[in-house]
Amino acid sequence: MIKVEALAKSYGNIQAVINLDLQIAKGEIYGLLGPNGAGKTSTIRMLTILTLPTDGKAFINGYDVTRDLAKVKKEIGVVPQHLNLDEQLTAWENLELHGRLHKMPRIERHQRIEELLEYVELSGRRSDLTSSFSGGMKRRLMIAKALMHRPAVLFLDEPTAGLDPQTRRKIWDLIRSMNAEGMTVLLTTHYIEEADILCHRIGIMDRGRLIALGTPQELKQKVGEVVLEIVNQGDTDYKFFNNREEAIHFAAKLEKNIFIRESNLEDVFIELTGRKVGDE
Amino acid sequence: MQFVDTYTVFWREMLVLKRSFWKFISSVLIGPLLYLVAFGWGLGRSIQMDGSSYMDFVVPGIIVLTAMTTSFNGVGVYINISKLYYHTLEEYQISPISAFSYTLGKILAGCVRGLISAVLILVLGYIFGTRISIGVFFFLIIFLTCFLFSALGLIIGLVAKSHEDMGNFASYVILPMAFLSGTFFSLDKLPKIIAYLIELLPLTHSSYSLRTLAFNGELPWISIAVLTGYTVVLFALGVVVVQRVR
Repeated sequence: MIKVEALAKSYGNIQAVINLDLQIAKGEIYGLLGPNGAGKTSTIRMLTILTLPTDGKAFINGYDVTRDLAKVKKEIGVVPQHLNLDEQLTAWENLELHGRLHKMPRIERHQRIEELLEYVELSGRRSDLTSSFSGGMKRRLMIAKALMHRPAVLFLDEPTAGLDPQTRRKIWDLIRSMNAEGMTVLLTTHYIEEADILCHRIGIMDRGRLIALGTPQELKQKVGEVVLEIVNQGDTDYKFFNNREEAIHFAAKLEKNIFIRESNLEDVFIELTGRKVGDE
Repeated sequence: MQFVDTYTVFWREMLVLKRSFWKFISSVLIGPLLYLVAFGWGLGRSIQMDGSSYMDFVVPGIIVLTAMTTSFNGVGVYINISKLYYHTLEEYQISPISAFSYTLGKILAGCVRGLISAVLILVLGYIFGTRISIGVFFFLIIFLTCFLFSALGLIIGLVAKSHEDMGNFASYVILPMAFLSGTFFSLDKLPKIIAYLIELLPLTHSSYSLRTLAFNGELPWISIAVLTGYTVVLFALGVVVVQRVR
């Protein structure tokens, strides 16, 4: 469904994305995880034709993102990181504009608007200007807008950034239900929990490069499924083990404060890069 | 299909215009009203221009000036904001519509704004005692003026990297053009070399041709041709800029 070959993007001397290869299958939820500035948004912008690659190739459903623009536009739905609703229009008008721009017939367009407003629980606010919406409502409407023309692939760039936990879970449910209907989803996030819960496969990006790829379980196995935290005068060292028994055996020899837990994607990221996901 | 897309872009603009109609009217009226009071009623009472009142002379100038600023700002400022702050331009970039349709839709919406403002000035001028001739070509010239300055607004709105850049363009290009293009005075009074330079500006041809028609003069073909030329070039340039914006 999505194929990326040696994709690169530079802004002057800054290399935002370096030699990126990806293959994402139909019906997959694929997450790009990484800190700010890792190249996630640049990757999404290239795949959604908002910016041109400096080098390499990318295909959506077989269509080249630099050549087959009209065909790519029909295949994709995009929810960018920043809010992009037309705040001078109502919720209904935002969806109507999107449907018209995608040349949907009138009856189908109006049925779809009703369906989507119901789906994102905004039916009661259809006639309100979106400038009066909360952040969570705007984000939900942005998802509805991206789904309006029934795209095959949905791109979500940091879909829950800045949202409260309740709204975040609501959006996770939306993503899961869209995927259950067969939609391919590529999302970027710097929330570990989000990537872990939602994604079938995760690519970890750092400084423009894809440094690891696999299912959440595979990535954890890569560093060790159990982590031993050794607290030593304010500093914490991390040691990874394949199972709890190995960790307990090792800890028995230590006379320090220790804590044994299952590893998570944050551990994977720190082990691979030496930095936390939230670091710049 | 291209014209359906053009209509979609135009439809969105008209929705917004309808919603803020009275705000738009009041903001459009304030400047010209001041010009009419200051230059028409105040300063103009003691001036005669080629046998007619200064008020009659200045009204066509104020019409094209207002059409220019309303069209330029109505397209340029909104596009610049939508690109830099609201990111709503992306909606069109990722939609399957052509740069031609987008450009034409935005420019036609700018023309509607410009034409409404021009009609308002005509009505105001009438209230202030102006009696000038109005015909089909009179409105054609206003339409061409609106079209070319909407196109210019679209280009500058997309090219400007900040809102400050937009303001600078308005200060260095639009404002001087508003005052120098024969809007408030006849170019005959200027040194020839400066008059020739000013004749390169599109608004000069707008104000000259509108004034000629207002006083039942001969159809100013050369000025109409110049305005048409500017319109075609700026529209084509607008389409190219829309295609390239990323």
